Amino acid sequence: MAGVAVSTTINGDHVEYLCQPDETLLEVLRDRLGLTGAKEGCGTGDCGACSVIVDDRLVCSCLVLGAEAEGRQIETIEGMAHGDQLHPLQQKFLEHAALQCGICTPGFLIAAKDLLAKNPDPTEEEIRFGLAGNLCRCTGYDKIVRAVQDAANVMKGA
Amino acid sequence: MNFDPRYSGRSFTSVGTRPIRPDGVDKVTGRARYGADFNMAGQLVGRILRSPHAHAIIRKIDTSKAEKLAGVKAVITAKDLPDLTDGDAAMYDILDNSMARTKALYDGHAVAAVAAIDARTARQALKLIEVDYEVLPHVTDVDEAMKHSAPLINDAIFTEGLEEKPVKPSNVTKRTQYGHGDVHQGFGEADFVVERSFKTEQTHQGYIEPHACVASVNPDGTADLWVCTQGHFVYRQHCAQLLGLEASKLRVTSSEIGGGFGGKTHVWAEPVALALSRKAGRPVKLVMTRDEVFRASGPTSATSIDVKIGAKKDGTITAAEATLRYSCGPYAGMWAEIGAMTAFACYKLENVKTVGYEVLVNRPKTAAYRAPSAPMAAFAVESAVDELAKEIGIDPVDFRIKNAAQEGTRASYGPVYGPIGIGPTLEAVKNHPHMKAPLGTNQGRGMACGFWFNFGGQTCTDLNIGMDGSVSLAVGTVDVGGSRASLSLVAAEELGIDYAHVKAIVADTSSLGYNDMTDGSRGTFSSSMATISAARNAIKILRERAAQMWDISVDDVAWEKGHAVAKGEKHGNLGKLSLKEIAAESGKTGGPIAGHSELVADGAGVSFATHICDIEVDPETGSTRVLRYTVVQDAGKAVHPTYVEGQYQGGAAQGIGWALNEEYIYGKDGRLQNPGFLDYRIPVCSDLPMIDTQILEIPNPNHPYGVRGVGETSIVPPLAAIANAVSNAVGVRMSHIPMSPPRILAALEAERERFSR
Ligand code: FES
Ligand code: FES
Repeated sequence: MAGVAVSTTINGDHVEYLCQPDETLLEVLRDRLGLTGAKEGCGTGDCGACSVIVDDRLVCSCLVLGAEAEGRQIETIEGMAHGDQLHPLQQKFLEHAALQCGICTPGFLIAAKDLLAKNPDPTEEEIRFGLAGNLCRCTGYDKIVRAVQDAANVMKGA
Repeated sequence: MNFDPRYSGRSFTSVGTRPIRPDGVDKVTGRARYGADFNMAGQLVGRILRSPHAHAIIRKIDTSKAEKLAGVKAVITAKDLPDLTDGDAAMYDILDNSMARTKALYDGHAVAAVAAIDARTARQALKLIEVDYEVLPHVTDVDEAMKHSAPLINDAIFTEGLEEKPVKPSNVTKRTQYGHGDVHQGFGEADFVVERSFKTEQTHQGYIEPHACVASVNPDGTADLWVCTQGHFVYRQHCAQLLGLEASKLRVTSSEIGGGFGGKTHVWAEPVALALSRKAGRPVKLVMTRDEVFRASGPTSATSIDVKIGAKKDGTITAAEATLRYSCGPYAGMWAEIGAMTAFACYKLENVKTVGYEVLVNRPKTAAYRAPSAPMAAFAVESAVDELAKEIGIDPVDFRIKNAAQEGTRASYGPVYGPIGIGPTLEAVKNHPHMKAPLGTNQGRGMACGFWFNFGGQTCTDLNIGMDGSVSLAVGTVDVGGSRASLSLVAAEELGIDYAHVKAIVADTSSLGYNDMTDGSRGTFSSSMATISAARNAIKILRERAAQMWDISVDDVAWEKGHAVAKGEKHGNLGKLSLKEIAAESGKTGGPIAGHSELVADGAGVSFATHICDIEVDPETGSTRVLRYTVVQDAGKAVHPTYVEGQYQGGAAQGIGWALNEEYIYGKDGRLQNPGFLDYRIPVCSDLPMIDTQILEIPNPNHPYGVRGVGETSIVPPLAAIANAVSNAVGVRMSHIPMSPPRILAALEAERERFSR
């Protein structure tokens, strides 16, 4: 199969790559671009470990084709901190121990960032439903919800 | 080694605080490298072909077309993994499970594998492999498999543990029995007897990270394996044996691990990856898909359990008996035996008997799942205990307190308990505000107890002090949920320095002596013991160096709060030397300063928990909602309380999923029908409430700080606690896990029919 030439923006940087027409964005990020922060937990859109933001929309990158990234703005976990300044969500995840194994963490952080961008002052229930597309098997979600609540408070104050 | 592991009742500076974990930043920035996040030069992609049949003889495998496909570098079958197990039956099973030798024993059993230049080519190549199967009758249900008419999975199996050696082969590999006293007599003394049967379905550990590894076998006979595992030393032993390598020439590096819960305690596809690499002469990355994870790794046993308990009017249990049948997949296991050991471990019983049967079925090889086998046994026993309390007319918490095991009680599985936490967790539950909170209509409250042994095991640790006074701690137990933070706290505590100056890492198999894997809740228990011992060895050297710097006898130097202190009046003017000052001079006083420790961590204190939960049931649909959940558990000493809470919450959440929703569903064709997270639904954020925790600290006498393992016990009580809550909400005893909406509706329906008759 002939490759598709794609020109896109990832974490603010202009990026070009060739990919197969049936290759997912997740495969492109991980295997072609070395951005292994997004994880493959299922490959079928059920776990959210591969979450990225494409043009302000939260998506499972395992369900998006690499070719579809053409001309878009993509945000991944690698672009969440500013230099050595962690995003408040990252900081609060650390402080609350909202991760045990951490494999779900990049997906949760991206999903939580998207949630707070759309709803800066969510209730516990809104957080729980907002993050229901992301699976975590280790934490029971308690500390994740608390970290997001705390980050929302910090971000509101900022 | 003259290390004294006994509890000393000291006060703590670092232990018990809640600092940020050392591996945290990497994990929130996406930099942490898990099994699939590693690559090597010239690496190929490996893929495995799996049997679509539950039970079939493999007549012939033709790989010639696949071999000819451009981009394919190696194709292997069982022939490429010759049997080097030398009569070791357990290893033979592991070998046969990684690649079927003569028969496919379950839907998903590996039969061949390829390595190709990319994933697409590898997938195409799998389609070109022709396997000629002779399909055999199969059995997937544990009770069906025990019947004489069931298809035989392995005709060389004759049930062990029977009084007379059986003449016919069977799917029951072993019978085991535990207990003491005379149950017959005990039931004779009872005023009330409850006898019930229970079933639980098979569940998967459900780690979010699929099994993944990169294997590289070099022409000189050395090899490297990068892999997500709970025990890289164990993986090295397994792989070296199966591949015919010398253990020291195979270096295994444990990646960050994206969950294991017991499912990453023995090898699955790793020997296949190594065999592919050996044949192709290039590194091979092999990552399972989620479908493969469900069909061919993990799961826990499905069970069928009968329980009988008798008690006097005053609430004293006089006898308890259980028969437990656990599925093992197609290979022998000891799952029912563990169930039989744990079933009545919470209680002080004069007369107790448990019998376990290990049952072969055409399902994936059963693997450990967090306190393996205990949750199902607890479900059956704790449900029956609730029923019995109801019949006697006594409060279920008081009933349990009256019969709880104590220090000095002989456990139903043999040993006599030291100081234990079952009584205190029950008292804490009795007094917990959760127990007194009001309930609405269709709501029910349940509580239940759970027990887990905890393990210790072989452990080896290095503690190196840098010339700047900072400390690196190399441990060999894989960090599954924050143990690097806990172990750094322990090193800081023992040395008397700040946590910020300690950095813990997990060393690879070539850098440290053998360590058992992280299972049995042993990670923090055993590695903290080894860390304390290593730190004490380092302190001995630090004292010697200080003595040298002061030119006094080492006997006059003590170690206090991170400093060498000169003792005795004649040294009154010498003051103190900090660890940092001593380290700075180390080049002149004898070279690097380090402490090493190797030990077998004995005496992992047993662990108990009691859980409370409130459930609301919709009687129209049978759907359930967890309204409130509380975990009370003994930690011995919580080294990093936040991560202890995390273990309590995570185990409870897994138990909730198991109790209400999760199950392997097999079709009549013996194929797994729900091998994905859409149809095998684990709890999501919106399914759960906050999970409250209460940590009790009843010191373990066999650990210097009193630590007990905390990782597993939290999954033991939920099945029973939730079943008791649902039963209280709907007024019908629930006896089949998971209590999915159709099962709850069926139970309600059956009850209505019983009344209308
Ligand atoms: S990997 Fe994309 S949702 Fe699971
Ligand atoms: S922290 Fe392990 S899956 Fe979420």
